[in-house]
Amino acid sequence: MKIAVCIKRVPDMDVRFKIADIGNAVDEAGLKFDMNDFDSWAVEAALQIKDRDPATEVVVVSLGPDSVQETIRKALAMGADRGVELKAAHIPFDGLAIARAIAAELKDGGYDLILFGKQSADSSNGIVGAMVGELLGLPIVTAISKLDISGRTGTAKREIEGGQEFVEFPLPAVLTIDQGLNTARYPALKGIMAAKKKPLEVKPAQLGEATVTVTKMELPPERAAGRIIGEGAGAVPELVMLLQTEAKVL
Amino acid sequence: MANIFAFAESRNGELRKIALETVTAARTIADVTGGEVHAFVAGTPGISGKAAQLAQYGADTVIVAEHSAFEKYNPEAVAGIVAERIRSGGYRLAIFPTSALGSDLAPRIAAKLGVGLVTDVTEIKLESDAVIVKHPVNIGKVMSTVKITSTPALVAIRANMFTPVEKPRAGKVAVAEAVGDPSASRVVVKEVKMGGGAKLDLGEAPVIVSGGRGLRGPENFHLVEELAAAFGNAAVGATRVVTDEGWRPHSDQIGQTGRLVSPQLYVAVGISGAIQHLAGMRTSKTIVAINKDKEAPIFKIADYGIVGDLFEIVPALTAAVKEAKARG
Ligand SMILES: Cc1cc2nc3c(=O)[nH]c(=O)nc-3n(C[C@H](O)[C@H](O)[C@H](O)COP(=O)(O)OP(=O)(O)OC[C@H]3O[C@@H](n4cnc5c(N)ncnc54)[C@H](O)[C@@H]3O)c2cc1C
Ligand SMILES: Nc1ncnc2c1ncn2[C@@H]1O[C@H](COP(=O)(O)O)[C@@H](O)[C@H]1O
Repeated sequence: MKIAVCIKRVPDMDVRFKIADIGNAVDEAGLKFDMNDFDSWAVEAALQIKDRDPATEVVVVSLGPDSVQETIRKALAMGADRGVELKAAHIPFDGLAIARAIAAELKDGGYDLILFGKQSADSSNGIVGAMVGELLGLPIVTAISKLDISGRTGTAKREIEGGQEFVEFPLPAVLTIDQGLNTARYPALKGIMAAKKKPLEVKPAQLGEATVTVTKMELPPERAAGRIIGEGAGAVPELVMLLQTEAKVL
Repeated sequence: MANIFAFAESRNGELRKIALETVTAARTIADVTGGEVHAFVAGTPGISGKAAQLAQYGADTVIVAEHSAFEKYNPEAVAGIVAERIRSGGYRLAIFPTSALGSDLAPRIAAKLGVGLVTDVTEIKLESDAVIVKHPVNIGKVMSTVKITSTPALVAIRANMFTPVEKPRAGKVAVAEAVGDPSASRVVVKEVKMGGGAKLDLGEAPVIVSGGRGLRGPENFHLVEELAAAFGNAAVGATRVVTDEGWRPHSDQIGQTGRLVSPQLYVAVGISGAIQHLAGMRTSKTIVAINKDKEAPIFKIADYGIVGDLFEIVPALTAAVKEAKARG
């Protein structure tokens, strides 16, 4: 099998963001960056297939400035075979622009599976995977939390509102990974050493024109500071009164 | 004059609430620009019977795709038909739901048409040369304003942001031809399992009662369910700890890696308020928290917090809500 996994480098979300002076981006000073969570589960899914069939080749692809090499090295340390940086001055917000560049890279690669995260934590669109699948004319299954491949057929589970769908698809295919499929392994020391010697190719990203741009970023209005109205069951009548008269939700 | 396309999601022959929200969002813009709203619905034969309901919420035309292969979600066939209708219809804007189905469908269509798409949209404005939307980024900690300059522009709206409003229009029915054979899709939904009857969906419920690790085990979730039942119009949610432990199904998880919800009222029971959980519910209109730890972060964003033992407070609240409801 030959598997490609597309991984995005995103800021750690456990911070209070500041808006940069240009007004349409967050201030990156002091932010830590790591692999998008969903993407780490996609890498893990590929590596589990490789664990069962060592002849499998796992290629990770990340689009962005040279700093994405750090993210690619992490995937290599987890066990991926080689990496491709699609070099761009910055990561555009336009999902279709990213998808076109990734599709151009993967088009003639002979991949049996192309894996994505369900969604990136920063731009939060959840669209790049399905777009790449469509551009390549491949079967697409999104947001999967269970996966079985047997021969040239796959089955997957998708969470839908209030239930699950069980989906069958032929390979080659494009899949986007939801949580619940697995827990990502940590790179072991041996893996980290080995990753330094694994190939990492740098190519210019063929981004094309973007039709979706961020014009402004702002911090959403803070919720009014929380209010503790009381302790224990004795506070219940007060709560019910507030829900009726102040919040008007009862 | 800019006509607007609205995708009306259906399931098992019924329109979902978000179908009325996409039509309402489209109608609101069309009323300003003077264009028409064309709603689209796909389903098994008979789904055309839903046209009247879509007309009630402002569809000038209802485009119907009926086929026996549309009993379950058929992404390839529906994407093919919708892309063709949008291409030939000359629309300025096409509106989809950010739902399990819409999130799968909209990017396929955007890629087929080669146009821009923004999902999880909370506001839409049409300007002469662009569609301007609001879209939360960085797990909801930052709000972005995004400009889409392609024609058409595709947006997928967040649930519960565009309250359905009745604005009756003619709703004349137009039949959409299938593109290719809908029975020949490569990706096939073999089975759909629904968890427990006709429960309200988290994305649609005006009230959500959510439980966390503080409940200690699945055997205590009846407390949360009884409170939800007392409100009458409530769904039950959970934290990731709870779904990972298997106390509740994964589809109940609210947060960064689960569902994003914005109900009128969110009641957090035995939930600490980790940022990943807050990311999924912080836009709720009113938040109530019940937690024994007065330092729990959930109290920082709760409009009304009660400190104490949930096993004592929740049954009392359930009784009080029932009583308040009975008094009317
Ligand atoms: C990448 C990533 C993604 C994640 N995504 C999500 C997500 O989408 N959704 C999500 O929810 N979490 C998510 N998490 C997990 C999150 O960080 C927290 O671990 C989780 O939300 C905590 O769940 P909890 O509040 O139920 O449990 P805890 O944090 O353990 O809190 C339990 C609370 O119950 C209170 N309590 C205990 N007993 C009682 C009692 N008798 N009466 C009253 N109160 C009581 C305690 O004081 C405590 O505050 C994610 C984590 C990571 C790393
Ligand atoms: N710059 C990028 N480089 C590589 N993969 C990406 C990039 N941006 C997005 N992806 C992939 O597409 C998925 C969905 O991203 P998004 O549509 O931005 O939410 C991510 O989880 C990644 O798998």
